[in-house]
Amino acid sequence: MGILLRILGLAWRRPRHMVAAYGALIASSGFALVVPRLLGDTVDEVLRGGDFSEVVQLAVFILLVSAGRGVFAYGQTYLSEWTGQLVAYDLRNSLFNKLQRLSFSYHDGQQTGDQMSRATADVEALRNFVQGGLLRALNIVILVFGAAGVLFFLNWRLALVGLLFVPIVAYRSAVVSLSLREVWTHVLRVTGKMTTALQENLAGARVVRAFGAQEHEKRKFDVVITELADSHLRANRKQVWNSSFIQLMFGAATAGIIWFGGNEIVNGRLTPGELTQFIFYLGLIQGPVRMSGMILNNFSRAVSAGQRIFEVLDAPSPVADRDGATRVERVLGHVRFEDVSFAYGAEPVLDHVSLEAPPGQVVALLGMPGSGKTTIVHLLPRFYDVSGGRITIDGMDVRDFTLESLRRNVGIAMQDVFLFSATIADNIAYGRPGTTREEIERAAKIAQLHDFIVSEPEGYETWIGERGITLSGGQRQRLAIARTVLLDPPVLVLDDSTSSVDASTEHLLRQALEEVMRGRTTFVIAHRLSTVRNADAIIVLDEGRIAEQGSHDDLIARDGLYRKLYELQLLPAEPTIDQLAGGGGQGSVRL
Amino acid sequence: MMGYHGWGGGGWRGMGRRGALDDEGELGAFYNHRVVTRLIAYVMPHKGIALLSVVTMLVTTFTIVAQPWIIKIGIDQLVEAPSRGDVGALAAVMALFLANIGVRFVANYLYQTTLARVSQGVLYSLRSRIFAHLQRLSTSFFDKNEVGRIMSRGQNDVNQLQEFLNLVISSLADMLSLFGIILAMFLLDVQLAVITLTVVPVLIGIMLLWQRIAWGTFMRVRQAIAMVNANLQENISGVRVVQALNREDANMRRFDQVNTGHLDANLHASRLSAALMPTVEILTAVAIGLVVVFGGSMAINGTMEVSVIVAFALYVQRFFDPIRNLTMQYTQFQRAMTSGVRIFALLDTPVEVEDEPDAVDLPPVRGDVALEDVHFHYVPDVEVVRGVSLDVRAGETVALVGETGAGKTTLAALLNRFYDVTGGRITVDGHDVRHVTQDSLARQTAMVLQEPFLFSGSIRDNIAYNHAEAPLEAIEEAARAVGAHTFIERLPEGYDTPVSERGQNLSVGQRQLISFARALLADPRILVLDEATANIDSYSESLIQQALTEVFKGRTSFVIAHRLSTVRNADRIVMLGHGQVLEQGTHDSLMAAGGAYASLYSAYFAAGAGAQEAGG
Repeated sequence: MGILLRILGLAWRRPRHMVAAYGALIASSGFALVVPRLLGDTVDEVLRGGDFSEVVQLAVFILLVSAGRGVFAYGQTYLSEWTGQLVAYDLRNSLFNKLQRLSFSYHDGQQTGDQMSRATADVEALRNFVQGGLLRALNIVILVFGAAGVLFFLNWRLALVGLLFVPIVAYRSAVVSLSLREVWTHVLRVTGKMTTALQENLAGARVVRAFGAQEHEKRKFDVVITELADSHLRANRKQVWNSSFIQLMFGAATAGIIWFGGNEIVNGRLTPGELTQFIFYLGLIQGPVRMSGMILNNFSRAVSAGQRIFEVLDAPSPVADRDGATRVERVLGHVRFEDVSFAYGAEPVLDHVSLEAPPGQVVALLGMPGSGKTTIVHLLPRFYDVSGGRITIDGMDVRDFTLESLRRNVGIAMQDVFLFSATIADNIAYGRPGTTREEIERAAKIAQLHDFIVSEPEGYETWIGERGITLSGGQRQRLAIARTVLLDPPVLVLDDSTSSVDASTEHLLRQALEEVMRGRTTFVIAHRLSTVRNADAIIVLDEGRIAEQGSHDDLIARDGLYRKLYELQLLPAEPTIDQLAGGGGQGSVRL
Repeated sequence: MMGYHGWGGGGWRGMGRRGALDDEGELGAFYNHRVVTRLIAYVMPHKGIALLSVVTMLVTTFTIVAQPWIIKIGIDQLVEAPSRGDVGALAAVMALFLANIGVRFVANYLYQTTLARVSQGVLYSLRSRIFAHLQRLSTSFFDKNEVGRIMSRGQNDVNQLQEFLNLVISSLADMLSLFGIILAMFLLDVQLAVITLTVVPVLIGIMLLWQRIAWGTFMRVRQAIAMVNANLQENISGVRVVQALNREDANMRRFDQVNTGHLDANLHASRLSAALMPTVEILTAVAIGLVVVFGGSMAINGTMEVSVIVAFALYVQRFFDPIRNLTMQYTQFQRAMTSGVRIFALLDTPVEVEDEPDAVDLPPVRGDVALEDVHFHYVPDVEVVRGVSLDVRAGETVALVGETGAGKTTLAALLNRFYDVTGGRITVDGHDVRHVTQDSLARQTAMVLQEPFLFSGSIRDNIAYNHAEAPLEAIEEAARAVGAHTFIERLPEGYDTPVSERGQNLSVGQRQLISFARALLADPRILVLDEATANIDSYSESLIQQALTEVFKGRTSFVIAHRLSTVRNADRIVMLGHGQVLEQGTHDSLMAAGGAYASLYSAYFAAGAGAQEAGG
């Protein structure tokens, strides 16, 4: 019920439209109720062997009334569609906005396809209900009660016979609608399963082929589409049974009217014209009553869709601006982690971490996978909030910044590079729309991407993504760096950014990055010795704790985890200059 | 170097647009004979049910048309009977009416359910065919087509066809009932029928005119919704970047624009569709008016029964619905045709790598691999592999090395027969890979790619991919061999931990370890590692390095890596340049030769060496 009220609330945001739509509906239903009466009168008039001019007059009335009905029906249709479309528009905007602002922890638990179907199919379902259901429900009420009133006035016995079917049909429809909701939810769920199966198979096409698993995949898919067909058929059977039943009831009512009406005529209590009226009135309410099944179906679909939509709209976003958050123009970049702890759900990731990076310092983070490196840099721009302790920049808690100003000051080039389908220039300037071409080119040059870009026929206007060219892993990473460079942030985070760049490019990129890091507080999650060694401070993480920190020489001297890592992973990649110069005559050194 | 987007630098994509699926097309023809013919072929397996569906549809239509007629007979009885007080005739009419609705009930139920069975059956086979065809398509198809675009073929277009099938039948029913009503009118009274039906040409004229006006509007609605969805999709999948770069407000404004465009297009369309209401309403009234005036005067003159007037009025009411439906369905029809064209275009995409008709299963091999003067090009005249010959003994580990674009990845793909060579041949134990079945070849080869791909399911399912029968011990053993066992054990549900969308609950390194375990469990004779360690952090890499020795044991292995450190342990290093073998040998011999490999090696470590100097 709460969901229904909220849907109503959305529709009533435009009260004038709704009132006008209801007004038009009442008027058109009113006109509709007159026509059967006029037809009945015609029959009686003719049977009485009456006047031709009377008949013409009746025809003119019918025409006028229908014209009136048509005009109001136009108003009603258009206005209700207007309301429905506006509700959909509002919902899409709210969903878009909400989804964009929900923090990472929310998105971590969600699938893109599912979110999409909320914003598309579920919004459509609500729109359908608002424009069809909400208004048509009243239409049904008016027509059924209006016709019933007229019929009772004409002949109450016959009216009882004729209208007996209405409560039966209403009851049946309600029962069916309840079970239909379940069936439809199932259909939607299976459709989602099919989408996932297909998507996955296509995205993993090369793995499927490499393992010769086509038959396996076909079997998997077959199970899903068989279930899909079955669930559609079940839904269909229920629906068809219901609509056939309604038709049967209506037919029975007409039969009853012919029988009892005939007897009434024989007994002189009814004229043939009045019987004609009965038949036409029944015809008038047949459509709406039949539609009531559809509306109930719409309704149950809308309730489940509404539930899914409101789930998103009501989802709490733990990371949000605090009351009285300060908008900071530009920080110096003095970063401090004070006794910071963090857990994803129940899983502790960081355990009382304290560190300090004075402005301009380069901090290298090192550790095994899962040791918390990425988490540390994600806490800085508040992708997540700490669960204990605090992080300050220039002495101010990051939670006291407005999110916008914090993230403007902390630039991050992430591991998963996401490109938008737009031109290369737009992608580079993504964080600062309206940047000049010179600035974009400068950033691209720093990221060693400029030469590639100008080698494309359309240069910076080259389109990437769905409809354009695709970039290699290394190019994507350099683009992400260009994007971040353009923001000119005082605090910079480079997450794993150079792993898939080839050797010669990496060399150039590294020089460029040194340029970029100058004058910024930089956190680097690095896997290469050169980056690590040039850092002002090295922090070695182990299971969410700082195991060691210091300069390269300090840490080597200490003979701890760093030295172990160094020997294990970094050293074998480093030949000596002698070896290179001497052509490797003695072979490589293995440690 | 990137002017031409072929394989290289691990780039799978960006093949230019040759062979790509068409973009979302304009609305095409109203009727496309080839689409309809091919769809009918899909209906044929269900022809029994389809026939039942058509028959019950005919019966249903007949009962609908018959109803006003029965009412007419009833009224006749009443107008004539009352003086005699005879209700027997009325009872007969009543029985007839009840029989009519009874038959209609059964027929309609059967018609609707059989129709659904046929259309679901057709959709099932279409989906299944599309999926099967996608499995047969070679990987070059996936280079040219984004997953999203193929998805929309598999989903939206198939759904459109589902609508279409229902539409064809319901339009057929509409036309039939139209025909039945006209026939009934003429049988009742020719003169009145002619007079009443004069409104029909007017109505059809208006409908055709409306259709012309509305066409462009409905196109716009479609384009607008596509834009809204694309915008949404992108922002949902890129939400982390959006937030990191503070684009929320700018994106909101842009979305609002697109959303407003969608709203406007829809409102315009709804004004047009709503305009049909008064038109139909007034024309109905005109028709009823004609019946009242002319029928009335004839009845007063005694040349017509009053019951005929009632029957006519009932028929006129039932007359306009089919016409209105047919008009509304016109655009839908066109859209479905376009979808049909697109689906069949997909099904007709030629399969580039296919089993030869007389292909035999590759018998269990030892793993000798020979490349004999292999040539390959994606685009004619742009050769990517230019006469490569290699003779690899079973059990040998070969590292492929070279600059970006040298042809390493292409060569790896050719080994797995993702493509067919354009010149020369590749043999395994002397069998040309083109003369054996792809399935049997794939069962003895495995490939680990740069981007690890995990399927939804548990970690165990992923390691045992395509080997569902593998016991847990074998799975654990594979995981242990590549050093994945420890972290898997530490996960909350161990091997049964579900993998979320694209494996996002695991790090790239962990995902890659799982894909190594998967390759190991498949126990291939020939193993190809394509940049498999590029995305892995050095710690995991060092673990894998240790594991690799284990993995390579007894298998023929090809390794591609940017990191020269990864390739030094290989039995043989093959240095590629511009699609040719520049030199080959062991690390030591190549360094001694002082050729391309030695200089690449120096270039790579120049930076490292510099750092070493700086560090002390």
